[in-house]
Amino acid sequence: MNKPGNLSPNQRAWRRFCRNRPAAVASLLLAFLVSVVLIWPLFRMPALAPHLPLALTHPPDAISDAQFEPPGHEHWFGTDVHGRDLLSRVCYGARISLLVGLVGAAVSLVIGVLWGAIAGYCGGRWDGVMMRFVDVLYAMPSIIFVIVLLTALNAVLEKLQSGPHALSAAGGRFLQFAGLFAGLGAVSWLTMARIVRGQVLSLRHRAFVDASRVLGASHARIILRHILPNVYGVIIVYLTLTIPSIILYESFLSYLGLGIQAPQASLGSLIASGAEQINSIRIYWWLIVYPGAALALTLLALNFVGDGLRDAWDPRSENRD
Amino acid sequence: MYFLKRILFMVPLLLLISFLSFVLVRIVPGGPFDRERKPASPEIERNLQAKYHLNEPVLRQYWRYLDGIVHGDFGASLKYRNRSVMDIIAQGLPISLSLGAMAFCFAMGTGIPLGFFTAVHKGALGDYLGSFLALLVICIPGLVIGPVLVMLFAIRWRLFPVALWGSPWHAILPTLTLGLYFSGRVARLMHEGMLATLPSEFITTARSKGLGEMAVLIKHAFRIAVLPVVSYSGPMLADLLTGSFIVENLFQIPGIGVFMVNSSLNRDYTMVVGLVLLYAILLLGLNLAVDFVFSLLDPRVRYE
Repeated sequence: MNKPGNLSPNQRAWRRFCRNRPAAVASLLLAFLVSVVLIWPLFRMPALAPHLPLALTHPPDAISDAQFEPPGHEHWFGTDVHGRDLLSRVCYGARISLLVGLVGAAVSLVIGVLWGAIAGYCGGRWDGVMMRFVDVLYAMPSIIFVIVLLTALNAVLEKLQSGPHALSAAGGRFLQFAGLFAGLGAVSWLTMARIVRGQVLSLRHRAFVDASRVLGASHARIILRHILPNVYGVIIVYLTLTIPSIILYESFLSYLGLGIQAPQASLGSLIASGAEQINSIRIYWWLIVYPGAALALTLLALNFVGDGLRDAWDPRSENRD
Repeated sequence: MYFLKRILFMVPLLLLISFLSFVLVRIVPGGPFDRERKPASPEIERNLQAKYHLNEPVLRQYWRYLDGIVHGDFGASLKYRNRSVMDIIAQGLPISLSLGAMAFCFAMGTGIPLGFFTAVHKGALGDYLGSFLALLVICIPGLVIGPVLVMLFAIRWRLFPVALWGSPWHAILPTLTLGLYFSGRVARLMHEGMLATLPSEFITTARSKGLGEMAVLIKHAFRIAVLPVVSYSGPMLADLLTGSFIVENLFQIPGIGVFMVNSSLNRDYTMVVGLVLLYAILLLGLNLAVDFVFSLLDPRVRYE
């Protein structure tokens, strides 16, 4: 039944991926990180909390007098400038960082795949114009766009909140998140568009595309149902590599104060607030090392998984099986 | 001839880039004077706007700006009103350039040997350790490495100054912070380039001629395997030379990376467009240089 000859290319790639030990370990690590981040708020439930070590049950926003306490029995990761437990801050921040990475990558996926697929499918003059546009955007520093867009959005939000039809706090926060996602996605779709366009260009004159065109399929149907499924492998591979770069980008924006706004936190904003506390008298290393390690671990796992996926789907490794 | 055509093609591209960035900064809500104290009267505000032609249609403003550039004038910064954009760039660029060049040398000097070594010893323990190291430095952002280096080497052990710019001593920590990420990228590219080159027929030929293994690897394989690194070095240099906000901010270095961020925060549009143009010129010029180096390294590449 399941002899290698009978498997689809995707199944074969999946088998190669599972046999790649570093990638498998990294997937497990990633699964572990994600589940910790998701399960961790449950520890504070009244039914569970008394049975767990006290260090696991601190809420992320409880301000206390225990400022800058080094890592110890009660606070495994120490406490920050407001006496908040750093372990809970890191879990909370990791959740938001992962969310930002996922949604931002999804936005860049939609823009990049559509742009690349349309350019590759139309070919000729449209392809030229659309890809020259990508070239132009490549030659501009993306950080400027993100900053201009986000500051404009923040100004508009401020105006909305002080206006006669004041926005609720939750609504404002939602809009802020949406703006951040849109901004991050909007500057990271270029490579995806180039990759997809190259693949679509090589597929669009294949017999199966001509066949469906002869059968009267619309252009949208041909692109979405017939061409894109052949590009999925490449898209997934590149998507896994986009998530870490968006998480990094967000941490940079947090450093500028444009990313996630306090009292919310991402790993980047935790590191940034740790960097603010650097002074030559006392070293609060835990404020940087723990969130930094969490960030590096997440990025490392994502990169290993992405590499494994790429090796597995790479057509050049096909005969290796 | 081919390269001449590419240089000529850069002119419309740069025009388009300046237009896009100008229009973006000007049409998005918010102006260069928003973050300052409110002017005493609407009268003063109007005069201020009129002085910098902010009340004109965007296209007219852009035309005025272009006219200035043609005459070699990139305008005055709207934030630092007594300094011109040219002044600020001329002051910060040499610092960012030297820091970027040092980080570039560091990235190349460590990344290429590491990638070469791990590829030659594929499957050995050294390969796993080296490749892991390369990926690790990619995954630790400068935002983390910088403060950690400062805490260890500058505050704890007092080996290097905490910040500022001047002696070569000051440059070591910023260079490391800036260069480590890129050395990881270079090592990975070099590694993959070697792996893709070693099975080629010309390597087999060189070996069957009886050449020593080192000669095969360095004289024959390296030349082709380094090509991915060469093509990455264009964008990498453009990023490095235009400064890094994080490094310049952490170490209080007066480069232009800080201006890149602050001018877009302030909507200082003459500054923004000037810096965008600087980045674009560097990137396009370096990509051109990369293609030129390509044709020297790989005899199979011909530009028509």
